[in-house]
Amino acid sequence: MTTTDSTPTSERGAAEVSTAGGTGTRGTRIIGIATIVAMGWLVAFGLGFSPEDRDQREAVRLLYVHVPTIWIAYLAFTVTAIGSGMYLFRKSLGWDRLAGASAEIGTVFVAVTLVVGALWGRLTWGVFWQWDARLTTTALLFVTYVGYLAVRRLDGTHEQRARRSAVIGLIAVLEIPLVHWSVRLWRSLHQEATVLGTDADVSMDGLMLFSLFVGVVAFSLLYVWLVMHRTRGMFMEDYLDDRGLDVALAARRAEASAAVPARSTGQSSEGTS
Amino acid sequence: MSVRHIARLVAAKDLRIEWHSRVLTNQVLPFAAVTMVIFAFALDAEVVLERVAPGLIWLATLFSMLVLVQRSFAVEVDDGALDALRVAGVDPRAIFLGKAVALGVQLLVLEVVLLFAAVVLYRQTVPIGGLVLLVTTLISATCGLAAVGTLYGGLAAGFRGRETLLPLLTLPAVAPVLIGATRAVEAALGTAGAVVSDGWPWVGLLIVFAVAFGVGGSLAFGPLIDE
Repeated sequence: MTTTDSTPTSERGAAEVSTAGGTGTRGTRIIGIATIVAMGWLVAFGLGFSPEDRDQREAVRLLYVHVPTIWIAYLAFTVTAIGSGMYLFRKSLGWDRLAGASAEIGTVFVAVTLVVGALWGRLTWGVFWQWDARLTTTALLFVTYVGYLAVRRLDGTHEQRARRSAVIGLIAVLEIPLVHWSVRLWRSLHQEATVLGTDADVSMDGLMLFSLFVGVVAFSLLYVWLVMHRTRGMFMEDYLDDRGLDVALAARRAEASAAVPARSTGQSSEGTS
Repeated sequence: MSVRHIARLVAAKDLRIEWHSRVLTNQVLPFAAVTMVIFAFALDAEVVLERVAPGLIWLATLFSMLVLVQRSFAVEVDDGALDALRVAGVDPRAIFLGKAVALGVQLLVLEVVLLFAAVVLYRQTVPIGGLVLLVTTLISATCGLAAVGTLYGGLAAGFRGRETLLPLLTLPAVAPVLIGATRAVEAALGTAGAVVSDGWPWVGLLIVFAVAFGVGGSLAFGPLIDE
């Protein structure tokens, strides 16, 4: 939750955090509206205008969510790696928060990809899961970043968290290609023809391709919007950890020095929340 | 003192502690043996067991490794020994290498015992022709496992009661070792008609993995434990 400094204390500490409006700014509001519009487009094109597929029938519509989410998830994890590297380089907590926010959203997107993909698989292949190289790698990717997020939640100072998670964020970059390579080798030796033959179908209908494009735009906007909010939310959490108690103490002292009985009703204990 | 010399001292220290406390022989090896027995309960058919025996050897190794890694760092954290090493100005790379070597030695003992258990319980045979492949596989897989285990063990060590994090981080990371080592051992033992030459590409994977995590781990270990 956000910090709401509603107490009208004219203290220097409290004046610094003018966060009563939440994590929104003009920029995020514009992006947020654009996201809603793009999502509306995606619904219209994905469910309405685009035709059904000859082989996959209506199930093809799931791909307008499935494909963009995994692309954006890869983008998100790339941002996490860059943020991790930049943190180790510059030692600025902003990079760490960007890496963390991006990883959180990327993990959610991978989860969406897996769930939607499983539903699509059930409709198209008849099974929820296929031990195919790409599916297996994606599942391990998901677990790896769940681990990364768990590391971020270990206790310690912000700097400890940042350094630790930056190292883990970079090790994940080392890990994923190795996992992908081994799983591909594993499947290629043990399975001659995979069911994923639908990928060979490159000649896509124009309207389908456009719907997919709309999906990519919509989910990119959603990603940017979420990352901006989450990064600011993390900044507030860190600020609350660092300064919350100081601000609360300053507020109490101001009350005591004012010694006006009427003001002692403002029991907003930011430091303990 | 050079990194190699300190690493050897750290490894010797760990192995000496192990030798005196006998945790490996009294707890980890029995745990691994129980795992091998309960796999048989779960899979229930001799034919299936014979077919999947190499994979079960490595699964039991992975589970036991988690126990070994926790033990290896519990020793360091309990009396602030890791902090003392850092205060003494010991290079973190040397600590990493030393602990990885000690862990690797214990893992090798464990793997040999598990292989023996597979011969007895799962009716495996070790053909002479596959012996070179088998030994190479054991060594290269062990190097990779020891590097990953030490790296994530060091990360989780700073936090008492955070042992639950170790399996979550370690198991996805060592998936390539599980795949590669299982296929290579299948080839070495001739499980399901596999031939020895099939195993060597997998050894390549294991070596790349060991080198990547050996180098990555020794670089990352300093920032991880330097709190």
